[in-house]
Amino acid sequence: MANSYSTAKSDLQLVPFEISRKHQLAEDVYLISVPRKSDFEAGQVVAVSLSDGQTPRLYSIASGNAGPEISILFNIKKDGFLSPQLANSKEGDRILVSAPFGNFTCRDEKACWIASGTGIAPFASMFFSGQWKGKTLIHGGRTVDSFYFQDDIAPVMKESYIRCCSQENGLGLYQGRLTSYLKEQTYLDLSQKYYLCGSPEMVVDVRDILISKKVPFENIISEIYF
Amino acid sequence: MEKPSLFGKTLDELKQVASKLDLPKYAAKQMAEWLYKKNVVSIEEMSNLSKKTREDLATNFQMGKVAHSKEQVSVDGTKKYLFPSGQNKFIEAAYIPDEDRATLCVSSQVGCKMGCLFCMTGKQGFQSNLSAGEIVNQIFSLPEKEKLTNIVYMGMGEPFDNLQEVLKSLEILTSEWGAGMSPRRITVSTIGIVPAMEEFLEKSECHLAVSLHTPFDEERRKLMPINTVYPINKVLSEVRSWDFGKQRRLSFEYIMFKDLNDTTAHVNELARLLNGLRCRINLIRFHPIPDTPLLSSDSEKMESFKAALEVKGITTTIRRSRGEDIYAACGLLSTKELVKKEESDY
Repeated sequence: MANSYSTAKSDLQLVPFEISRKHQLAEDVYLISVPRKSDFEAGQVVAVSLSDGQTPRLYSIASGNAGPEISILFNIKKDGFLSPQLANSKEGDRILVSAPFGNFTCRDEKACWIASGTGIAPFASMFFSGQWKGKTLIHGGRTVDSFYFQDDIAPVMKESYIRCCSQENGLGLYQGRLTSYLKEQTYLDLSQKYYLCGSPEMVVDVRDILISKKVPFENIISEIYF
Repeated sequence: MEKPSLFGKTLDELKQVASKLDLPKYAAKQMAEWLYKKNVVSIEEMSNLSKKTREDLATNFQMGKVAHSKEQVSVDGTKKYLFPSGQNKFIEAAYIPDEDRATLCVSSQVGCKMGCLFCMTGKQGFQSNLSAGEIVNQIFSLPEKEKLTNIVYMGMGEPFDNLQEVLKSLEILTSEWGAGMSPRRITVSTIGIVPAMEEFLEKSECHLAVSLHTPFDEERRKLMPINTVYPINKVLSEVRSWDFGKQRRLSFEYIMFKDLNDTTAHVNELARLLNGLRCRINLIRFHPIPDTPLLSSDSEKMESFKAALEVKGITTTIRRSRGEDIYAACGLLSTKELVKKEESDY
């Protein structure tokens, strides 16, 4: 019944790479990098698998688009099949990665980036690609070590970088969930775009809050882990 | 620890059960017949298996069929059934009787990850995938099972985000050893997860429905986050690469939102996008959900939109709203108030 392969399929052709770097950023959270062999736009994703025939998973690229590597950020999913194996992989191991694709891209417009957990990845890519001017970044995490890349982002974005920590206190952190932070805001720029990336629960909750504060839904663009 | 369920196992899996318990190979077919043709509710009822075999099965397995825990009946005859799925989790299935048919809308997940702006299920987030047994249980435990003519995978969840269990459930429903239903009586709906759609089209002969809702990418990604990774052209190039033949149906679901996706420009772009594709469009009235900024197009607009599409040569139907008073209509299924909130990552 199958006919010829289409462009839709070719996006997910997986090519072997060697892991060039692996960093543990927090308990159960890792950054894995492979050499960059193609151009990409910050905000795009790659499909990743460890072996032929294994169903690939999509991961947002977390690195800048001019760097020598493509990096992905992930946490170990309790019932996941790929993330525990990825966490056990080593530098030099073989990994299958697709060409970058997707259109969760932002560029030069004024915008607010809102992320939870490893949902920071596409915004990290945008940041490392030099797209941070005119942006506000709101990042929600449970613990003080949840704010991946904060050492890079904080000195540059300064007060436009808001870290909301729901379970611990820390210097420079808003104590509470990012949804609480947003609810407390008396002014939101209704004309700018709001880019959301994270768990379905976060995206749905934040979108409802923004809409309740009169942000037009047309200005809300979301990417969800699945 | 809970024993694994027999119900929901494919013939190959039942053969493994038979092998594990040192049963003759034909025992697998016997079990399948009791499970999916005779629809028994207990292992004890499998009377052509020896007493010892039944005891061995009961020691190692539970039956796995679960009755609904709540039923609501709409003024239009639609019924909504609540089924438990593990601890503190529930799903809904909608039974929709009509003059010449009776359709069951089944769920494939508890909640949904996709976060579509217009969908009530999306508002409860994602709790878990259903097993194949939990999917087919909605059918086999339905009080009106014998009246069913059609099954649509359009309830809670995105079927292609739980593809392997969905495929197993379709195998159980359509196999000669299973329920023996024609795949032409089953429609699986997706928002367009392209790789899973490809696997489904390869492995199943059931109908495919794609939630389109607008022909414009920029508009669609604001309604449906999935569009940031699988935009319309990717979805359409995938379906264009398959021969749907004369029997298999491809349809596009199109919820109509007032002043958003109901304009002449949308008609023209739909005609351009779907040119040459043997398909039909189902227009669906939007059923408002809490806090939504969206409104439904009115009946007059839906009729004129349908007429305009038909002028362009696209077969178009308007789906009748059913069960809105019991929140069983399209986009309204939700068990948010019943599920235990899990810890989030923020």
